[in-house]
Amino acid sequence: MIRKALIGSHAIAMAVKLANVEVISAYPITPQTIIVEKIADMIERGELKAEYIRVESEHSALAVVYGASAGGSRVFTATSSHGLLYMYEMLWWVANSRLPVVMAVVTRSIGPPWNIHTDHQDVLSVRDSGWIIGFAENVQEVLDMTLQAYKISEDRRVLLPSIIALDGFILSHTSEPVVIPEPSEVNEWLPPRKPLPFKVEAGKFFAVGNLGPDDVTMELRWYIWRAMERAKYTINEVSLDYAKRFNTGSPAGLLETYRTTDAKYIAISMGSWSGDIKEAIDILRDEGYNVGLIRLRYIRPFPLEELRDTVSSAKALIVFDRAVSMGHQGILGMEVVSATNSKIPVKNIIAGLGGVDVSHHDFSNIIRGFIEEYESGLSIEWSIPEWYMPWMIKESEER
Amino acid sequence: MREYIIISRGGQGGVTASRILASAVALEGGWAQAIPEFGAERRGAIVKSYLRISDKPILRHSIVKTPHGVSIFSSKILELVDINTLTPPGIPILINSRGRIEVKDRTVYTIDATGIALKLGLVIAGWPLVNIPMASAMAKVFNIASLDNIIEAMGEYFRGKLLELNIEAAKLAWSSVG
Amino acid sequence: MSLKYKPIDLEKEALEDLRGFIDKLLSRPSLGSSGLTGTWRLYKPSIKIDKCIKCGICWLYCPDDVIRWVPKEYPSIDYNYCKGCGICSNVCPVKAIDLIIEGE
Repeated sequence: MIRKALIGSHAIAMAVKLANVEVISAYPITPQTIIVEKIADMIERGELKAEYIRVESEHSALAVVYGASAGGSRVFTATSSHGLLYMYEMLWWVANSRLPVVMAVVTRSIGPPWNIHTDHQDVLSVRDSGWIIGFAENVQEVLDMTLQAYKISEDRRVLLPSIIALDGFILSHTSEPVVIPEPSEVNEWLPPRKPLPFKVEAGKFFAVGNLGPDDVTMELRWYIWRAMERAKYTINEVSLDYAKRFNTGSPAGLLETYRTTDAKYIAISMGSWSGDIKEAIDILRDEGYNVGLIRLRYIRPFPLEELRDTVSSAKALIVFDRAVSMGHQGILGMEVVSATNSKIPVKNIIAGLGGVDVSHHDFSNIIRGFIEEYESGLSIEWSIPEWYMPWMIKESEER
Repeated sequence: MREYIIISRGGQGGVTASRILASAVALEGGWAQAIPEFGAERRGAIVKSYLRISDKPILRHSIVKTPHGVSIFSSKILELVDINTLTPPGIPILINSRGRIEVKDRTVYTIDATGIALKLGLVIAGWPLVNIPMASAMAKVFNIASLDNIIEAMGEYFRGKLLELNIEAAKLAWSSVG
Repeated sequence: MSLKYKPIDLEKEALEDLRGFIDKLLSRPSLGSSGLTGTWRLYKPSIKIDKCIKCGICWLYCPDDVIRWVPKEYPSIDYNYCKGCGICSNVCPVKAIDLIIEGE
């Protein structure tokens, strides 16, 4: 075990090396490019024995790893924003073929306007595709979740692909001290992939996903749905085992709770800004507010039971969304409302789109306002999400 | 926790400087964050990067707005940027400059990083490599990390002759700021 | 009937699912997997040996792979599975395959 400062992108590459991935294919896109540059460098230096297949587009990159995974290899690809959207068709093929592909998605805004900074709109646009989707909070978790993804996806109880989402630049380009597990210990924990669910090889004749009766399609979706339910258990089991074995400091489970035990007001978030919210929670606790945070580590499968348990005695919830479903609400906001059966008032804040910086001061002000609104009976107005754009309020005051 | 802003020009290595400092802090067992502020990457444009250091895990990931110190890689940047818009008066600054510089209401440290780079022949594509002397001077005046750990951290970023020269540059810078 | 699912025995259920979805997702080639498709036929292709030049073009074009042919031999048709689509008759360069109405 060593500890050194790594940027998020290099932490992913390090995890790919530790997992002994055999086939990598990717197409460059900012801010993802340095992940695959680092992997190419590792292969060139002989540190990682893998095939690196260059392609002309993200659609092809995922198609290549689809084929390699069907052939029984452990595979990796990475993309971001428009690249992920270009993969869209193949994403469904991978999930519906039950192949344990692992992909890093460095979250980035979708144009126009062109913007290379983070929001969660890109990765949440593939929310329903049958991929397991995890969100990292810091660079350590980026490395840990990527390694865990192979164990989870390849588990025969699951057999579904995994996305590890990390905020563009905020995690991909930020360097932080990371505990790196010993390669020999990782090899023992994560042995080479068993050729499941099937192996395409010379001399065997079968077709994957051939035309069939309509009920076959529906039945296959039912199996994926069941596998996602089992994935909840597998994620808990794998992340707990990892935490015990490697002790890198990352929390285990589908969600992380922060000072929620006696909290009457609970904030809910995903991704790197959760750390800033934790600092806001500390500020508010010092001021005497009973607040806590739930950070979703996975949005698919959705941690329904854990979320319901944690919020059961809360008076009101505030959900911070870095993505919005146009014509409705923030995406995480909708998920939380549906998970709580609308029994608890939920205030939904849309913020940080296009990488707009939101600090712990912003969060403490927003949460304080939310509690004051609830206590003065204004939660009735929360059916519409609130957009946090302080510069626009300033501009309109100046006008 | 302490926070710093580095202001440099695209190509001067401000981002690498903050990463080396974060690596050095990690070697000392502390926690650190080196955050680049990326826009359109253009050589010569003013680029900011941020550094956080702490003896506890750092939770926040937002940009640094209230630094404990600012490091400026070219004294000419001072003519283009109003330092008071970046940080309130009273916050110390470190400037790459041959001569002494006075800034109202501030402690100013100067280091001739360009001179050190030119003396050692640390020049790439016509530009003196000032990031290592600047990182070393920052580490000393703001008490971020030891010279030994700066030198060890550099091994993760440079090899061979370039590493040797940069070690020399770090030592020269360390001994020339007060 | 509606199906609900809450995992109880993960291992057992995973194995059931694995068998289930592999069976549905993969298809293996087999003779007559859609039954005796020869019964679908309205017109029966008939090779006139005196005209046939043994070129094999009918074998190449048959979409159901029911024509047997080896170079320098006459082709033959497996009427158990021939659907009578008529493509062989259409592509034959010497018009050696007639379509004969069946079952009227």
